[in-house]
Amino acid sequence: MKLTGAEIIWECLIREGVDVVFGYPGGAILPTYDAMTKYPQIHHVLTRHEQGATHMADGYARASGKVGVAIATSGPGATNMVTGIATAMMDSSPIVCITGQVGSRALGTDAFQETDVTGVTLPVTKHNYLVTKTADIARVIREAFYIAKSGRPGPVLVDITKDAQQLTAEFDWEAAAPKLPGYRPNLRALPTEYERALELINSAKRPVILAGQGIKLSGATAQVLELADTARIPIAVTLLGLGVVPASSPFNLGMMGMHGEAWVNQAIQQADLLIALGMRFDDRVTGNLKTYAPHAKKIHVEIDPSEVNKNVHVDVPLIGDLREVLEELLPKVRTSDRGEWWAKIAEMKGDSAVRDIQALPDNGHLYAAHVINDLWRATKDRDTIVVTDVGQHQMWEAQYYRHEKPRSLITSGGLGTMGFALPAAIGAKFACPEKDVWVVVGDGGFQMTSCELATAEQEGIKVNVAIINNAFLGMVRQWQEFFYEKRYAATPMTGPDFVKLAEAYRLNGLRCDKRAEVNSTVKAVLADKRTTVVDFVVEQEDAVFPMVPAGADLDAMIRRPKREILAESGADKEWQMPNGESAAVSELTLTGGPSKAASVPAAKRKPAPSLKKKSAETSKKSSRPVVAKATKAGKRR
Amino acid sequence: MPKHTLIAYVEDVPGVLNRVASLFRRRNFNIDSLTVGRTEQAGVSRLTVVVDATDAGARIVEANLYKLVNVLRVDDLTHKPALNRELGLVKVKVTAATRSQVLEFVDMFRARVVDVDEESLVIEVTGTPEKIGKFEMVLRPYGILELVRTGSVSMARGHDKLSANPPLVRAEVAASAADDHSHAGVSMSV
Repeated sequence: MKLTGAEIIWECLIREGVDVVFGYPGGAILPTYDAMTKYPQIHHVLTRHEQGATHMADGYARASGKVGVAIATSGPGATNMVTGIATAMMDSSPIVCITGQVGSRALGTDAFQETDVTGVTLPVTKHNYLVTKTADIARVIREAFYIAKSGRPGPVLVDITKDAQQLTAEFDWEAAAPKLPGYRPNLRALPTEYERALELINSAKRPVILAGQGIKLSGATAQVLELADTARIPIAVTLLGLGVVPASSPFNLGMMGMHGEAWVNQAIQQADLLIALGMRFDDRVTGNLKTYAPHAKKIHVEIDPSEVNKNVHVDVPLIGDLREVLEELLPKVRTSDRGEWWAKIAEMKGDSAVRDIQALPDNGHLYAAHVINDLWRATKDRDTIVVTDVGQHQMWEAQYYRHEKPRSLITSGGLGTMGFALPAAIGAKFACPEKDVWVVVGDGGFQMTSCELATAEQEGIKVNVAIINNAFLGMVRQWQEFFYEKRYAATPMTGPDFVKLAEAYRLNGLRCDKRAEVNSTVKAVLADKRTTVVDFVVEQEDAVFPMVPAGADLDAMIRRPKREILAESGADKEWQMPNGESAAVSELTLTGGPSKAASVPAAKRKPAPSLKKKSAETSKKSSRPVVAKATKAGKRR
Repeated sequence: MPKHTLIAYVEDVPGVLNRVASLFRRRNFNIDSLTVGRTEQAGVSRLTVVVDATDAGARIVEANLYKLVNVLRVDDLTHKPALNRELGLVKVKVTAATRSQVLEFVDMFRARVVDVDEESLVIEVTGTPEKIGKFEMVLRPYGILELVRTGSVSMARGHDKLSANPPLVRAEVAASAADDHSHAGVSMSV
């Protein structure tokens, strides 16, 4: 059957199971958009920026496990995609980007809207293609989907010249099967390595499982829980691993790394065996590599051989699909109770100031952690996906929202892309229209891509946006506070009236600045059919605790500041050891950590430079950083 | 920094050399030399890359090369019996008095004179990169006008044929780094 290149593109997408694409038209992709009118079975979402299209495709992929598709024109359309492609690359997210290119005869002439897009995206794609012949389109698109979703997933870009879209060729789906002799995505571990791994697991006294998002990507949650249960091994999770094992599992200690809980990092540092599952020892989870888990042998289960021994020396690499590897191992893992190790962990847990903000009574101030915790309580019985942006709110979400299911948290981990959340949430909503999708976003990141509110409005979909608004680039400000003597260079930030902004887009806008109102606000959001933006006005100079300063030893954490008010609260009694005994958390000590910054009395803190109008107000009950609270309806509103 | 000789079979498609070179650039490995040429198989090219790297670093390079979709096979010949050959062309100044001395060196190095001029000779020399370096050294006093080297090409000794499509899967690529921690402990980004 003879078809134009543009028609072949759509025929291929339909056969790949695509039902929605995110894109933005332009001259060099116009033949494809023109042909789109013949294929109503694929829904096209017009975004407001090509970056938004890639984040939407990414959010769609992360929520559904399918390949997300983004379309753009040549030149600026394609270069606008780069941030979204790099985000997908760092987090192993399968997306296919299709871009138009100038006509093949104009290639290399610096024609209007010409950019060497394959050159530009080479380092941030798993693979990319420049297609100049109509006859190649079908095979290339099939290969692109296969590469994107197999092995370690990742983004693939297909750049197609305008004439290749316009001319016709024979379309034969079967004949266009991928021809990739050099691509071997599913490598297998050697049998000898299984034996070495089993020896280490069965003889370890203080093992810890490090759970990454590879567990989600290979669907190995049940196998990981079985391993933990059989061998009584505690699980520490990475940021992208949140949800791959339920937060409520007694084996799940919580998040590791820079903003993980202290006992999780202590457990890793004291472990004699780390079983790393689908994670890559990012510098945000290891701290100082020279002192990282010094007593531990390391088993690394990983599908990408180039990740093994990249950052951390590994004793036993198990290369392959995580689920297959675990299924091979599990029958031979010995049961054990490891009572001493669990007692030690309970002791370390007792030493830490646990989830203390949750236990704080309402003192009239709204803390971001309140918002997250109350949001969790209000939404935990609903099928909810939370999409976060990057910064303090992202870490608070990771700490205080308890994810029970894989794919219930979508966040930009590796690249740390501000502006990711809103478009990714729109993509996630298209993947899972039956679920509630919440965006947790800072006032800074929200302003980077808030134009996509118009996309939500035009599509008539509902995403719920919780802006954690502290009128600061909060995480950068926190670093300035801790490591740059509070010189708040370029971090105080004004924004629009977010309620009015939402209304300007014909959407619903709400504001909340009291803890007592969080719950009712969430209810009001859920009751409205439209996309709703809530401006949660929170404490400006609150910091994320605990924290491992970049490059410090993993257990050298800046602890939460002393908060006398917690003495009687006995925070977090919910945690139990896997044997059902209650862990010894009654003697909760809440001593301040080694940080000088954290113990600076609040009264000494200066208001932010550009916020001078606002009076410094401190709470005597708490030494929490409570400064520059906006008491007047100033610029912030 | 020790040198490693890696060979890679790659598909002969546009942009593949760029992908390989870009990988080295991105990972901050310094390429000492890189040569590409055809092989006995249609559509398959062979690269020889000499790179400054420790054993652990070379293993990372190897694993990263394997990630490139167009790369069919990678082998590290550094610690194997292998032939390394390079071609050099040297244009050297001569006078009536020095010509015979230069020709003596040409003879010693089993090189060949490929162009003769009143005041210069162009000499072709092949051999290990070390031999060509030596040849350059002995001619330098006469005045080297131009010198060009191709970079190394390498092949394992012995009868076995290295197939571009090996049945083996190099899952052990990154394994057995044993006591080589040289790549671990890189400085952290903040």
